[in-house]
Amino acid sequence: MSQAPRTLYEKVWDAHVVHRLDDGTCILFIDRHLVHEVTSPQAFEGLRLAGRQVRRPDLTLAVPDHNLPTTPRRRADGSAIPIEDPESAAQVDALAANTAAFGIRHIGPADTEQGIVHVVGPEQGFTLPSTTLVCGDSHTATHGALGALAFGIGTSEVEHVLATQTLLLKPSRTMQVRVDGVLGFGVSAKDVALAIVGRIGAGGGAGHVIEYAGDVIRGASIEQRLTIANMSIEAGARAGMMAPDETTFAYLQGRPLAPRGVLWWEAVADWRRLASDPGARFDRTIALAAAEIAPNVTWGISPDDVVPITGCVPDPDALDAADARSRARRALDYMGLHPGQRMQDVAIEHVFIGSCTNSRIEDLRAAAAVLNGRSKAPGVKQALVVPGSGLVKQQAEREGLDRIFVAAGFEWREPGCSACLGMNPDRIPAGERCASTSNRNFIGRQGPGARTHLLSPAMAAAAAVTGRLTDVRELIQGNDLV
Amino acid sequence: MTPLRTVSGRAIPLPMSNVDTDMIIPGRWLKKITRTGLGAGAFEELRAARATPFDDPAFRDAPMLIARDNFGCGSSREHAAWALLDLGIRIVIATSFSDIFAGNAFKNGIATVQLPAGDIEQLLDVAAQAPIGFDLPQQIITTPDGSAFGFDYDPFRKHCLMEGLDEIGITLSYGALIAAHEEQSAAWRRTAAIAPVDR
Ligand code: SF4
Repeated sequence: MSQAPRTLYEKVWDAHVVHRLDDGTCILFIDRHLVHEVTSPQAFEGLRLAGRQVRRPDLTLAVPDHNLPTTPRRRADGSAIPIEDPESAAQVDALAANTAAFGIRHIGPADTEQGIVHVVGPEQGFTLPSTTLVCGDSHTATHGALGALAFGIGTSEVEHVLATQTLLLKPSRTMQVRVDGVLGFGVSAKDVALAIVGRIGAGGGAGHVIEYAGDVIRGASIEQRLTIANMSIEAGARAGMMAPDETTFAYLQGRPLAPRGVLWWEAVADWRRLASDPGARFDRTIALAAAEIAPNVTWGISPDDVVPITGCVPDPDALDAADARSRARRALDYMGLHPGQRMQDVAIEHVFIGSCTNSRIEDLRAAAAVLNGRSKAPGVKQALVVPGSGLVKQQAEREGLDRIFVAAGFEWREPGCSACLGMNPDRIPAGERCASTSNRNFIGRQGPGARTHLLSPAMAAAAAVTGRLTDVRELIQGNDLV
Repeated sequence: MTPLRTVSGRAIPLPMSNVDTDMIIPGRWLKKITRTGLGAGAFEELRAARATPFDDPAFRDAPMLIARDNFGCGSSREHAAWALLDLGIRIVIATSFSDIFAGNAFKNGIATVQLPAGDIEQLLDVAAQAPIGFDLPQQIITTPDGSAFGFDYDPFRKHCLMEGLDEIGITLSYGALIAAHEEQSAAWRRTAAIAPVDR
C-alpha cells in the first residue's frame, strides 16, 4: 500500500510521535534542546522542587545571550569582567550553576563559541535536518532553515523537555509560502521576510507550520534562509521549515556537533528523503513574486506594518476596520509619524546591526559593503554592530569588516542579543528612532519609548550614512554585495 | 496547580487586538529568576500611559480578562502567564490567541477561552459594568442578564485544568514508550556529538 503524499512537516512530525493519546495529543520526542539564561531558571527551579532529573543532558546545549553586555568580557590579563547589572548577573550565573548541577554542556559568557542561541545552534552543527529542536525562545523557528522542526516553547515546556525529552502537542496546520522568480537588485532575505510577514499578517500564520519553497528559497544561502525562517513567528506561525538540500549538507558537514564518518552519510541519506512529496497537500498556500519585493521598512509597532522604502506612512483613516484604524493611529502616535510622510524622509538617531535575524557573517558583509569608504551622518548618535557569535566576530575581523565599521563610526561589540530587546545595557532612549536589523518593533522593545524601524543590514548601513531611512539602491553599484 | 472549574467575578475589559507579550510584561521583568511577583510589571507601559481597569478598585483581583484578536502574540516568554497569574487572572477570553501563549497559559492553570468577535464585543460591554461567570464543565460564559456564550475547549486541556494535573507527571507515566522511541531512532539522531558534562 502506498502512503498518502506527506509534507516535510508531516514527515518530521510522524517520525517523532512516541505515543498518541485518545484526544489526539501526541507525546513528541525532542532531539535537540537549546537553553539560554532567561527562560530556564524557573524550569530548573521546577525540576529541583519536584526532585526530577534531566533525562538527556547529552541532547541539551546551553548558552547565555540575552543579558550579556556587549562591551569587552575579559581584561588584558584574560580574567573575566563581571556583569554590572545584578539581575543580569544573577541570570547568567544561574545558567552556569544549573547546567553544572544537571550535567549540561554550557558555553560560557567569555567563550569564543558564545553567541545568540539561534546563531550558535546552526553554527555548531547542533541544529540538523529532520530533527525536532526546541528552545525557550520564540525565534527558535530560525533553525527550520536547515529542515528541522524547530519552535519556541515556554518555561514550563522547557522543564517538561528537560524532565522527559518530549512535549505534549497536537499537529499544526500546514501553510506553504512560495517565493518564485528572481529578487531585484538590492533586495535581501530580510526584505523577503518582511514582505512575507506583511502579506500573512502578524497573526495570520497562527496554528500553522510554514514550509518555505520556490526559486528564491532554493537559491538562497543557509544564512539567507535562516533570516527568512527566523521571522516565521512574526507571522504568527509556530515554525517555518525549508527542505534540506545540497546547500544544507555543504553548510553542515564538518561542524563540531554534526554527525561524523559513517553516521554523517547515514544522516544525509535520511535527509534526502525529507522534501514534501509531489501532491502533498497544504492547508493554505501563499505565493509571492520575487520581482515585486522591494527593500522594505516597517512604519509601525507590529512587524507586519511593512512598506517599501519608496512608500509612505499609511493613513489610518483609509483603513476599513475600526480596530485597524485605532491600532494604526496608536502606532503613528507612538512612532511620531504622520500619514502620508515619505519613509525616506524619516530621520533616525540610532542604527543597530545585529540580532538572530541579521548578525551572521553575510549580514555583516552586506552592511560593510555599503559602509566601505563612507561614514555615519552627524545626526546618528550611536551605531552598533553586534556579531551573532564570537566565531562570526572572529571571521569578520579576519576579513577586515570590523575596520570598515569602525572607520564609518560604528561601535564593534561583543556578541549577544543586545539592543534587539535591551535586556543588557544596549537600549534606544525614549522618543529616539532606530534603524534596526532585528525582528520586532513592538512598543518599548528596544527600550521604553524607543521607536524601531525594521530593515535589512544593507538598508541599516544606508540609513547610517544618510541619517534617514534610505533606499540602499541609491548608494550601491551593481557589483556591491548585498 | 489549583483546579479550575467555575469562577464568577469581574473581567477586565481590554478592547485591543494583538496584545503582545511585551505589553503584558515588558522585557526588563524577564530578569527575575523566580515565578512570583511579576504582577507589578503587568501592562506596565499601558498603565503608565493612561488610567486602566487594572488600577481601578472595582477590578481589584478580577479573575478574568477580555481582549480581541491574537492575544499573547510576540515573544514566547512564559512570564506573560506568570504575570497574569500574579494579578489573579485565571481566565483570558479573546477572539484568538497566539499558540505559544495559549500553551503557556494552560501549563500555569489559566484557561484561554476563544469566542467569536460578536460575542467578545458584547462581553466587553457587559464586563465594564458587571461581573460575569465562567463554567468550564459546561463550557459557557454567562452574564447577569442570563445570556450564555458557549465555547469549544480541548478535552485534554479541560481535563487537566479541572483536575489541576501536572503535565510532566502525566508524561513520565509513559517512560517506557519514550525509552523505546530513543532506542529505535537512527544512531546519528540519537547522539549529538556532545559529551555530557561530568558531575
Ligand atoms: S536576538 Fe532578539 S529575537 Fe533573537 S533571541 Fe535574542 S532577543 Fe530574541
